[in-house]
Order: sequence, then C-alpha cells, then structure tokens
Amino acid sequence: MSVAPVEIEETDADTVVVPDKPWVTIVWNDPVNLMSYVAFVFQKHFGYSREKSTELMMDVHQKGRAVVSGGTREEMERDVEAMHGYGLWATMQHDE
Amino acid sequence: MAGVVASFRRARKGGISVTFGTDESRVLRHVLAEMVELVGPGDASGTPDDDPLAVAIGIGTSTQAPADPALARLFPDGYSDDPEASADFRRYTEPGLRGAKLLALQTALATVGEPGERVTLTSDQAEAWLRALNDTRLVLGERLGITDEIEAVIESLGEDDPRLALFWVYDRLTFLQETLVQAIWTGP
Repeated sequence: MSVAPVEIEETDADTVVVPDKPWVTIVWNDPVNLMSYVAFVFQKHFGYSREKSTELMMDVHQKGRAVVSGGTREEMERDVEAMHGYGLWATMQHDE
Repeated sequence: MAGVVASFRRARKGGISVTFGTDESRVLRHVLAEMVELVGPGDASGTPDDDPLAVAIGIGTSTQAPADPALARLFPDGYSDDPEASADFRRYTEPGLRGAKLLALQTALATVGEPGERVTLTSDQAEAWLRALNDTRLVLGERLGITDEIEAVIESLGEDDPRLALFWVYDRLTFLQETLVQAIWTGP
C-alpha cells in the first residue's frame, strides 16, 4: 500500500489548505436503543475501550448526537453501514 | 414454570443460554416471523429489478427511504445533508443490510427452542439474537410511536386499547435484550 504525498497549499502563515476535507460519522440519539447496547456497538465495531465507548454513548444520549469516527469518505461509508447494521441511527458529513 | 421470565445468561461451559417458557416462546416466534416477513428479500419500492447483473451484484434500485416508517428506521439515509449521495449509498448498501438483518432474524427464529428447553447459543448466534431483538424493538417502537415520553403514551391508552399488548411485548423484549448485552459484554 503506497501513500502519495499530500499537496499542501499555504495561502499565508496561518492557513493551511488540505485538499481532501475529512469526513466524520455521527450517531444520533433515538428513544429505542439501549444505552448498554449503543456502548457495546462502539466497543465492538471501533475497538474503543469500555470507558470511551460509554463516554461516547453518554454524549449521544445527553447531547442528541456525537461524532464517533473520522477519516476518508470510504472509511465513513463503511462505519455508517456498520452502524445501520447494528440498528443505530448514523449519518456522515464533512467535518465542521 | 409460570411467572418465570427468561433472561440470557453466560453458560458455565461456554456460550450463552436461555430458556423460554410456553408463552414467551409463542410470542417470540410470532414476532420474529412477522419481522422476517417485513424485512424479507425484495426491493423496498416494490418494483422488480430489470438488470440481472445488478441483482446478482446486490445493487438495489431503491434510492429513497422505504415508505413504511418502520422499515425506514431500519434503513436510514447515510448522509446528513446530501440526498444524492444518500441515494447512491442506499443503492449499494441496502440489499446487503437487508440480507444481514434477515439472516439474524432467521437465526433467532431457528434457535428459540421448545418451551422449557434450555438453548445454548454460540457467540455468532448470540450476536444474531442481539441484532434481531434490536431491529424488532426498532420496528415496534416505530409502530407504537415511542418517543422519549413513553410513559405519557402508555398512560393515555385506554384499558381496551390493542396497543397495550404491543407495549407489553416491547417491554419484555427490552428486558431480554438488556440481559443479552450483559451476558455478551463481559470484557474490559
């Protein structure tokens, strides 16, 4: 697997323009999914520790949504598909 | 045994076990069979796919969420803010997701066991049950209009409301799924 060099266009000293804007996967709160199940899914799919999984789940529960992963478009599509497979409500979008 | 409510447990020899009573067994078979009907193979839009190659590869023709809100909950849009990307994503992922969900439901249905029979599940079967129970609760939740104010909804139901029985089933499945998560997730 080769990694092509990333071209970075510097417009001024403080701004770096990265051509490939990162994507994120968001999981949304819903009234049916068990908190324990949501945390389990995060641990199972992403490999997060029980602590981090629980933290993320609480974010979803309390704030209504949480960013659960970030990366390329293809990677996020795989994550969203996996989340839907588990019955979680997830969408992907550009990182804000 | 009357009055004993089933729960999933880790079996001492490995695997996860559960024993369903007569009523539970009957209700579970019924609910899971209904789910199999609902989720079953086929394009959500109901129109046959003309392209045999697309059918073979598993690319669907649905570009929109299913009209049935319960099914729509199982197959939500993939992009937050891009309907075109969501449509593409749906075409490529919905058939596979549908197949996987169907398989989980069928696995659960096949391992309910006889009333009073102790069933021991492999970890694959246990995960199938987890997904099947979750999808079933999502569909029931949608049908019952479950929002966070579930208590208010239940209180508003009259004694003769046919939905009361469904709420009871939903409640039982919630408890059952909770015991399953606990039984499966014992890691750090």
